[in-house]
Amino acid sequence: MLEVRNITKIYHPGTVTEQRLFENFSLTVEQGQFVSIVGSNGSGKTSLLNIICGSIPIEGGEVLVGGKPITKMKDYRRYATMGRVYQNPAAGTCPNLTMLENLSLADNKGRPFGLGRGINRKRVDFYREQLRALDLGLEDKLDVKMGALSGGQRQAVALLMATMTPLEFLILDEHTAALDPKTAEIIMRLTNQVIREKHLTAMMVTHNLRHAVEYGDRMLMMNRGHIVLDRSGAEKAATSVDDILQQFNALSLDSGT
Amino acid sequence: MTDLLISTLTQGLIYALISFGVYITYSILDFPDLGVDGTFPLGAAVTAVLLTRGVDPWLTLVAAVAVGALAGLFTGVVHVCLRVRNLLAGIITMTALFSINLQIAGSNLTVDRGTDTIFTSAPVMALLGDMTLMGRKLVVSLVLAVVIKLLLDLYFKTKSGLLLRAVGDNADLVTTLAKDRGAVKILGLVISNALVALAGCIVCHEQRSFSATMGTGQLVYGLAAVIIGVSLMNFYAASPAARGLRKIRGLRVLASPAGTTAVILGSVLYKLCIQVALSAGLPANMMKLVTAMLFLLVLVLSGRKGEAIIHA
Repeated sequence: MLEVRNITKIYHPGTVTEQRLFENFSLTVEQGQFVSIVGSNGSGKTSLLNIICGSIPIEGGEVLVGGKPITKMKDYRRYATMGRVYQNPAAGTCPNLTMLENLSLADNKGRPFGLGRGINRKRVDFYREQLRALDLGLEDKLDVKMGALSGGQRQAVALLMATMTPLEFLILDEHTAALDPKTAEIIMRLTNQVIREKHLTAMMVTHNLRHAVEYGDRMLMMNRGHIVLDRSGAEKAATSVDDILQQFNALSLDSGT
Repeated sequence: MTDLLISTLTQGLIYALISFGVYITYSILDFPDLGVDGTFPLGAAVTAVLLTRGVDPWLTLVAAVAVGALAGLFTGVVHVCLRVRNLLAGIITMTALFSINLQIAGSNLTVDRGTDTIFTSAPVMALLGDMTLMGRKLVVSLVLAVVIKLLLDLYFKTKSGLLLRAVGDNADLVTTLAKDRGAVKILGLVISNALVALAGCIVCHEQRSFSATMGTGQLVYGLAAVIIGVSLMNFYAASPAARGLRKIRGLRVLASPAGTTAVILGSVLYKLCIQVALSAGLPANMMKLVTAMLFLLVLVLSGRKGEAIIHA
């Protein structure tokens, strides 16, 4: 279970540009739930993910995992049970390392990074098999530097790396936004598959309303630091893209954007 | 003429140790560590004091590595824990070390002719006793440079080494691997500064002296050697010769040499350039000016080709 309780987030506190994003904001995500989050720019979607991951500080409230507060826990410690894929395909891999080196790093997450061999040759067949399943022709490119691959290929590898070791939470920050429509579909299918197979609790921020409607068990719409729509189960299943689009446009008119 | 060539080669090989350190900070960690200008004479100061007290010459290497590591730790902690910008963290270390080095050595020191250095130590004499001092210096420097190169190559292939390369490439990824990026950066600075102090130590053995100002310009030297070496390597890796070699099994290694190999070559080449300038009648006082101008030239040339500094 993932929970944010009564959090306050203020950008640039004490200055003329002070902006109160969250005030007493709370959200609970159940174990194994796949939540998609939509909302206009500045609605607080990405800030919410950053707060959960510990990438930005908060001015009040608590972040809890399984009922235990992790508010004071450093970001890198939180990632022990979390995986994250970013919008920018370059952010999830090391461009100057080969794909094999990247995968080896991800494979060793949770274990010490000591003076043992960085690449475990025995795992190469496993990596190949995983890459073959992506169906992007990556299985023969283990020795290619990540930076030489396309955005879609990099994002697929980033997703693979983020979910390679046992984890509980997957944080997806507009991870299909920078991809062409066809690749975005492939990545979205893979994402859904891995979340279901590994029974992950997932939070996905997206600008693609259709993805938000089609995937996940619960959908949130955010506006100016508030949840304005929260649908799950049968209610979500009955929601169409047009419904959401109307809601979205109504909000946009309200806020004059 | 041969003597001059041998001594220049020796210098290039010894100073390659600085370049290894700079390679780790600048190329791998993307951290221009000005602390190098203080750590280099630190290694020399400790070595000069220990040698004059009659300590075994080989033990001074261990001592220099240890104090260099401490200096790197300091820069790292200042940068990571106190959140001081990387350039400033290095400048703080460099400035502090100037006084510390003088405190350690008392003043500029000379190691007298009667004292054994590594080049006249018993094990080296037993193996290379037939050679001239100059020849021994060249062989010992070559062995040191190659051994450290091989150790570094091995290290870069370990898990720890991979993580170090990853942190300079994409620090956010290291965070998502549940590792503290700050700790990895500090480790890199420790290794780098240990190597730079070791260079200072060997230089002290070679010239039998320590001077407080011997560190000035050493970062620039290291940077130039790294950039020359890496640029040439990239140029070579894209050449038809390398492409041909890549097709032949067993010779593939020759087609894409390790970054550390490039660094040694860069260091030797740079020393040669400076030696040529001096031999052409350039006054020694002008050397830093020439160093700076050569460095600028290298930067511009390597930049114009659009080649980023890419590590192994």
